[in-house]
Amino acid sequence: MTGEIAPKPPLRRYHAARWDEPLLFELSQPGQRGILPPALEPGLAADAADELPAALRRERPAALPELAQNAVLRHYLRLSQENLGADLNIDIGQGTCTMKYSPKVNDRLVAGHKLAALHPRQDDETAQGVLEILWRLERMLAEISGMDRVSLQPGAGSAAIWTNVAMIRAYHESRGEGHRDQVITTIFSHPSNAACAKTAGYEVITLYPDADGYPDLDALKAAVSDRTAALLITNPEDTGIFNPRIAEFVEAVHAVGGLACYDQANANGVLGITRARDAGFDLCHFNLHKTFSTPHACGGPAAGACGVSAELVPFLPRPTVEFDGERYFLDDDRPESVGKVRPFTGVAPNLVRAYSWIASLGAEGLREVAEIAVLNNNYLMTQMLKIRGISAPYAKGRRRIEQVRYSWEELAEETGVHSEDLGHRAADYGVHYWTSHHPYVVPEPATLEPTESYSKRDLDEYVAIMNAVAEEAYADPETVRTAPHRSSVHLNKEETLDDAGAWAVTWRAYRRKNAER
Amino acid sequence: MLGGGAAERAGIVPGPGSGRASGGVHTVGLLVNPVAGLGGTVALKGSDGAEAQRRARALGAAPRAAERAALALAELRTRLPGVRVVTVAGDMGEDVLPGAAEVVCDRPLRTTAADTRRAAGALIEAGAGLLLFAGGDGTARDVLDALGGGFPAVGIPAGVKMHSAVYAVSPRAAGEVAAAYLSGAATAAPSEVMDRDGDDIVLYGLLSVPRVAERVQRGKVGSSLTGGDDLAGIAAEVDAGRRAGGVDVYGPGTTTHGVLRLLGVDAPPTGVTAVADGSCLAADADAAALLRLSTGRPARIVVSPIGGQGFLFGRGNQQITPALLRAVGRDGVVVVCGETKLAALGGRPLLVDTGDDALDRSLTGYLPIVTGRRRHVMYRVGER
Ligand SMILES: Cc1ncc(COP(=O)(O)O)c(C=O)c1O
Repeated sequence: MTGEIAPKPPLRRYHAARWDEPLLFELSQPGQRGILPPALEPGLAADAADELPAALRRERPAALPELAQNAVLRHYLRLSQENLGADLNIDIGQGTCTMKYSPKVNDRLVAGHKLAALHPRQDDETAQGVLEILWRLERMLAEISGMDRVSLQPGAGSAAIWTNVAMIRAYHESRGEGHRDQVITTIFSHPSNAACAKTAGYEVITLYPDADGYPDLDALKAAVSDRTAALLITNPEDTGIFNPRIAEFVEAVHAVGGLACYDQANANGVLGITRARDAGFDLCHFNLHKTFSTPHACGGPAAGACGVSAELVPFLPRPTVEFDGERYFLDDDRPESVGKVRPFTGVAPNLVRAYSWIASLGAEGLREVAEIAVLNNNYLMTQMLKIRGISAPYAKGRRRIEQVRYSWEELAEETGVHSEDLGHRAADYGVHYWTSHHPYVVPEPATLEPTESYSKRDLDEYVAIMNAVAEEAYADPETVRTAPHRSSVHLNKEETLDDAGAWAVTWRAYRRKNAER
Repeated sequence: MLGGGAAERAGIVPGPGSGRASGGVHTVGLLVNPVAGLGGTVALKGSDGAEAQRRARALGAAPRAAERAALALAELRTRLPGVRVVTVAGDMGEDVLPGAAEVVCDRPLRTTAADTRRAAGALIEAGAGLLLFAGGDGTARDVLDALGGGFPAVGIPAGVKMHSAVYAVSPRAAGEVAAAYLSGAATAAPSEVMDRDGDDIVLYGLLSVPRVAERVQRGKVGSSLTGGDDLAGIAAEVDAGRRAGGVDVYGPGTTTHGVLRLLGVDAPPTGVTAVADGSCLAADADAAALLRLSTGRPARIVVSPIGGQGFLFGRGNQQITPALLRAVGRDGVVVVCGETKLAALGGRPLLVDTGDDALDRSLTGYLPIVTGRRRHVMYRVGER
């Protein structure tokens, strides 16, 4: 008999693994061990802990889970099966997150002993290679942004925004203008901008969009004053709409003595096309884990990079990486620096990955990345807008840059099915889907961003899934509303996310909070 | 300073969760205003009163409340299997899904406001943990009268006028919200019961409604506070801007009422309140009293826009007169608003209609709106 492969259905009959896996601590069994270290040689101190000062010694051993090696491995493999990672799904449903392919060759590069075994306290002389990479990466990012210098120290985008805010504060203080206590941002800029400014002690003024979805320039003009420290803004904003008057925004802030800071975490739509400095910005930052392909690393350690104009260079985090024409070295003698925002020089493995990615593409390649990302996004938008019940609010009939914030308002009104429900149902087909930051300025929002990594076939598959889910919302809303049905977990209690009495990020906190209940 | 327990003082109450009525069963009371929505299909502005109902029927209108209540009940029963439903006989509940509910109250001869109140009382008596009612603003007002704001309820949208913030966004969403509350997954918070009175929009009081983001109607007119809104921050910001020896005039509404409660002032949310140095000078004050109280000392006017429409002055707060506004000045106007309500304005400007054109014009332009402690939104007050 000749074996024939059965044709696959147009939509995958996906089903996620469901392991009902307990927590590591719940799996712990007294006496289980991952390894048994060899016994101490005779003559060595019986217990190294005896050598420690009493104040550093634990009275009781740490309550760590006790498990065999294979039990640990099985645990984490099971959890990884219950996940929808960037390497597993068509990851275009997490708009603003710029999910792109991280080439595996770069993982090989950083896994080698040359980098993995490097110690941050090693003498500069023995670390010339990695310092050269950091120095060159800094030059590359300076060229891409038009800025004079770049710090690679922050461990993520929000850490980079924080660093920029710290430099803004130091700059004003150095000029005797510490009274500037307001930071202006927009509602469609990433919320970390407002959050970092607030954390640094600034009063935050937020601008809402005008009727076309652009940040309101007149509102900015009403907001600026001699109290303005800075404008923190994204462009294009989360709507994917590019603000063509951005230079006027920068001018309005400069006119009152404030600084302009560009959140370029996601510069994917403008690489090689526009530069922050050319629009007059004084500071900017990139998320290397978005625009420059390194892994997002689930909130860290990822990598952020801050670019600044010459005037702000004295305030950069220290140490900086310097080159005297012959050798590379770390400069810690920077009296006006904002200090350290992370130990040492940053997350070296991610910096090497980003360097490798940029070097492999070159200037033309980077521009092509942006062009394909924009093309992909506009193709996706054209296809998505054919689906019943969806729209792309604002700037009707205009193209978007690298992402689109859609609205399912019409579908929700006609079926009672909400955007989150559609996302839960999309999970039944093995794809990720995200709505928007809060508050929902766009009703029933969904944000899709295809980046350059995905092929037309990938985009078509995603559209087919969303189309099927939307059609199902009209024909059988019950199934959509009660989704997911084929995913690893059902629904989380979202209320508890806002409840400090309920959330727990450690086992100890979990037990304490549950005992209290 | 604002200490802990802020949520509680703002009137937010937890869902019953495991505190089920009898033997682990969740009980919901279903109350249908059988004539709700009657006027709408024939373009009348409401269905309140026997005359309007007679005219509507004469024009061929058919009520739609039962059909909508059935959808809500179906959703509730899917999400909370085994839920016990207690209701009123006949078209006030029983007929919605015959046999599905326990009838614990006779069908009154007529369906007047007094009948609604009596029926609601009977449902609570029979163990209901939440009242699910189908109707419009008129029904919501009757329910408010009957429950007094302390007992949780959610509306199934079925009326013609629905300015209040007590309805779910759709009948099914009402079932969803009821299930979330009864199972303890949602808490309830004060939400505005509003109704139209001629050209004016009047706040009648606050009903306790489960808050489930995006499921309870917003953006119409009435508002409620949702999870993301920072009421404690707003109150702290208002408090920080207070001037010693000054008087603050608070307009009606959920936001201002919540702020007042957090600042330790208990006054009805429907009226205008004057406060000085942390204590209430006058609750439900009229125009003359307000003017008298704020003359000769620094004064501020703390208001929140009417949700959806964005009116700051001239609707529902006419006690705040042009004379008072002129005395206080534009700089003394403090606008407070949760971010959700602001987002629901959909980019439309705030509006003023004080009856004094020159004053209205002087109030236009951009105003900073307090959305939290040291957090503002620069927002436009437009020409009407
Ligand atoms: C525009 C923008 N800025 C900042 C951030 C924050 O970056 P991170 O998540 O690395 O802290 C993000 C991430 O979503 C972003 O999209």
